[in-house]
Amino acid sequence: MKQDLERYPVPDPGVPHEVERFTDVDEAAGRRAYAQVVGLLALVPVLAIAFVVVYFAVPIDAQFVLFGALFKAHPVLLGLTGGLAVLLVGVAAIHWARTIMGDEEVVEERHPAGSAPEARAAAAEAWKVGVAQTGLGRRKLIGSGIAGGLGILVVPALVLFADLGPWPTAALRKETVEKTIWAEGVRIVNDVNFKPLRAADLEVGQLVNAQPINLQELEGVALQQAKAKASLIVVRMDPASIRVPESRQDWHVNGILAYSKICTHVGCPISLWEQQTHHLLCPCHQSTFDLGNSGLVVFGPAARSLPQLPITTDAEGFLIARSDFTVPVGPSFFERDSSRDFKEGDR
Amino acid sequence: MARPAQVSPEVPAAQALSAPAAAPAAGVGGWFDDRAPVSGFAKKALRKAFPDHWSFLLGEVALYSFIILLLTGVFLTVWFKPSMAEVEYAGTYQLLHGVPMSEAFASTLAISFDIRGGLLVRQIHHWAAMLFVASMTVHMLRVFFTGAFRKPREVNWLIGVGLLSMGLVEGFAGYSLPDDLLSGTGLRFVDGLVRSIPIIGTWAEFFIFNGEFPGDLVIPRLYMVHILLVPGLLLGLISAHMALLVYHKHTHFPGPGRKDTNVVGGPLFPVYVAKAGGFFFIVFGVTILMGALMQINPVWLFGPYNPAQVTAGSQPDWYMGFVEGAIRIIPNWETHLLGTTWSWNIFLPGVGLMGLLFTGLGLYPFIEQWITGDTAEHHVLDRPRNVPTRTALGVAGMTCYAMFWLSGGNDILATQFGVSLNDVTQVMRVAVFVAPVIAFIVTKRLCLSLQRKDRERVLHGSESGILVRTPDGGYTEAHVPLEQEEAFILTQHHQPAALEPSVGTDARGVRRRGKRVGGLRVRLSQWYADGAIAKPTAADIADAGHHGEAADAVETTPPAGELSGAASSGKGEGH
Repeated sequence: MKQDLERYPVPDPGVPHEVERFTDVDEAAGRRAYAQVVGLLALVPVLAIAFVVVYFAVPIDAQFVLFGALFKAHPVLLGLTGGLAVLLVGVAAIHWARTIMGDEEVVEERHPAGSAPEARAAAAEAWKVGVAQTGLGRRKLIGSGIAGGLGILVVPALVLFADLGPWPTAALRKETVEKTIWAEGVRIVNDVNFKPLRAADLEVGQLVNAQPINLQELEGVALQQAKAKASLIVVRMDPASIRVPESRQDWHVNGILAYSKICTHVGCPISLWEQQTHHLLCPCHQSTFDLGNSGLVVFGPAARSLPQLPITTDAEGFLIARSDFTVPVGPSFFERDSSRDFKEGDR
Repeated sequence: MARPAQVSPEVPAAQALSAPAAAPAAGVGGWFDDRAPVSGFAKKALRKAFPDHWSFLLGEVALYSFIILLLTGVFLTVWFKPSMAEVEYAGTYQLLHGVPMSEAFASTLAISFDIRGGLLVRQIHHWAAMLFVASMTVHMLRVFFTGAFRKPREVNWLIGVGLLSMGLVEGFAGYSLPDDLLSGTGLRFVDGLVRSIPIIGTWAEFFIFNGEFPGDLVIPRLYMVHILLVPGLLLGLISAHMALLVYHKHTHFPGPGRKDTNVVGGPLFPVYVAKAGGFFFIVFGVTILMGALMQINPVWLFGPYNPAQVTAGSQPDWYMGFVEGAIRIIPNWETHLLGTTWSWNIFLPGVGLMGLLFTGLGLYPFIEQWITGDTAEHHVLDRPRNVPTRTALGVAGMTCYAMFWLSGGNDILATQFGVSLNDVTQVMRVAVFVAPVIAFIVTKRLCLSLQRKDRERVLHGSESGILVRTPDGGYTEAHVPLEQEEAFILTQHHQPAALEPSVGTDARGVRRRGKRVGGLRVRLSQWYADGAIAKPTAADIADAGHHGEAADAVETTPPAGELSGAASSGKGEGH
């Protein structure tokens, strides 16, 4: 008892007696609650029928304006009738439980969650008998055989998934993640109307979202895969206001530079252009690249500079690529040799 | 063993067996009862006690939203075509006419515009998914802060952590299916995340996408994951979660008559059936109304996926926001080594942070048990203030999560508040580490203050608002003693002491058996128990009661000294 006082300085008064509810003592209140529950339930069939009427009678493209907002009549009315019908069932049930059903609480005793010691002993005994019956005590190799057999079966099960996708061996990587459809002489075209870009038509400060002209030949998956790597940003900046390293002197055409549009962080297409600072911001994770300085990272989580595409003009004055990108575009991957990316201080 | 049983027609074996069923039960229930022990189960189950508290409804919301997801999901599978094959759109939505898109996106548009009820069901499904993860999260917080994860419920806590992590996967797979611009951007992010895994990244990417991103199979594969694999796992885990819940019986909050050895609450039949059943219809009704009135994921505005396009302000569904935030604020760490690239700037915040969160959650019950050395079963919940260190740790964790989550909207924060995006990012880089520490300290102090307040109330009662002037001109406020019920609630908690370092040998120099309590564990245990405000003892209460009676002679309404009387006579009271 002394210990109990230490544990519970104030003794447990025990489960309190139920306090009678208004509906228990007042006949009229009880009748009211009854009427409310029945009334709520009576609305359910009305709403359910309304739902069916809406389904068939309201045209699927009907619209209405309420408080300045445009609503699609079919889903809204369907949801209002159906939703309220379902809601009322719930409200009625809970109202019934709270006001009319007896609210006496029950007290249930708990038992320890674990097995009783006798059960534990009996189980151990049963296990022992079973083990003896297996004969493994003397013929141990069966046990090892079973374990080894089951273990080795994992291998064929896993091998079954070896063709989940093509294996990215060095040879395949060269043809896929390390390559785009840009090549020497491929014309740079506007990515909306596929018109070739003429160097003379670009103004200083202008940015054009571009693609290689041969993208048009592709469709479906091949198109998406090619586009996910070949997308290009073409910008024209005042040559006097940008820094072009020695190694890239012949990569631009009078201040027209082309960069990969695919972020080197996780591959979002980058297109938020700050004309005056020459910064390009990725809308996904805000990595910022300086297009006036070989695409170096100036802020954010991206670690590598934006790959630049060497360009020139053809005889007709249209912009063309001089080669593919010199480094793989897009997000990093483990086997990527990132020593050739342009870094701060490179010339 | 395999010997065939000889059944001779003379022996009415079957008759003999069924004969004792003296009172043949009537009806369908009776029919089943003759074949399975329905009554045996029902006699216990029907009057099973379910404690009532609003916070116990959170898990119910999670369960019900899962059922809603199954129901609405069946409707959507009837119409959705999980194919990345290119088609030219020819449906009723004029603005996208003639635009090439995947069949998946075209069928999502068909569900939204051409199938009656389709848009409504799609929106209910998406809202229910948001609610599913949200209610699981809040339910988990309730379980954490009330200590409901303690023995014997650790396994159910682990199942819960599994459910939450599966819920994230399920949600992500689901919102990737429509193949619109936003979901494609999400998949592009996952591609980058998968690639960043050291050593196996590229292989994992090629295996998931069947080659280079985006490939032609990721949507059908995610569809399988979304409608079969993960729902199956969820269903299995939920069944186990519920079975253990029923077996352990529900926890209850401290209150008169509530003990670790009993459970007090409404009976399953009829009260809990009506309340919980009714609550399902309320949750369902509310999600239907949300689907009807609140637009969600209007994919037709985003258009089909195009790897060359993205919308500014692109964000994942809310529950992936913390990962998104971590990805945004991580410094640009990348290691280039011998022709390989190690992308810490993606791997750490992506794979690392999710791993850390779910590992930490899974381990917490065991860590706490190790620190406190508490091996007893607990069925009465903790009031969060009475376990200040746990509560503070929980709030610190929530704060850390919130900082990462806010970082996921650093661009929105910057534009909405007109501040520099770069500054927001820099501040968040610090805040994810500093804010949790501040939250920990503040929460712990608050808990201890609340403990002091509880002690004060038990010893001196509640303020009556009656000011008394003493003959010599002083003023005091009379206090009303607490009802015994409240005083019991405020004092019933267990206050574990910090562990003592065990000495390797006993008094006679014999090595002790059993595990030694090491120095680290003792220090952690002291840190955990630090600062606790001793709850009043019976003697304290008795003293304060007598003192109070003298001082509060004026107040008359409630019988004075009810509490102290009960406490001092506690000796004689057996219960």
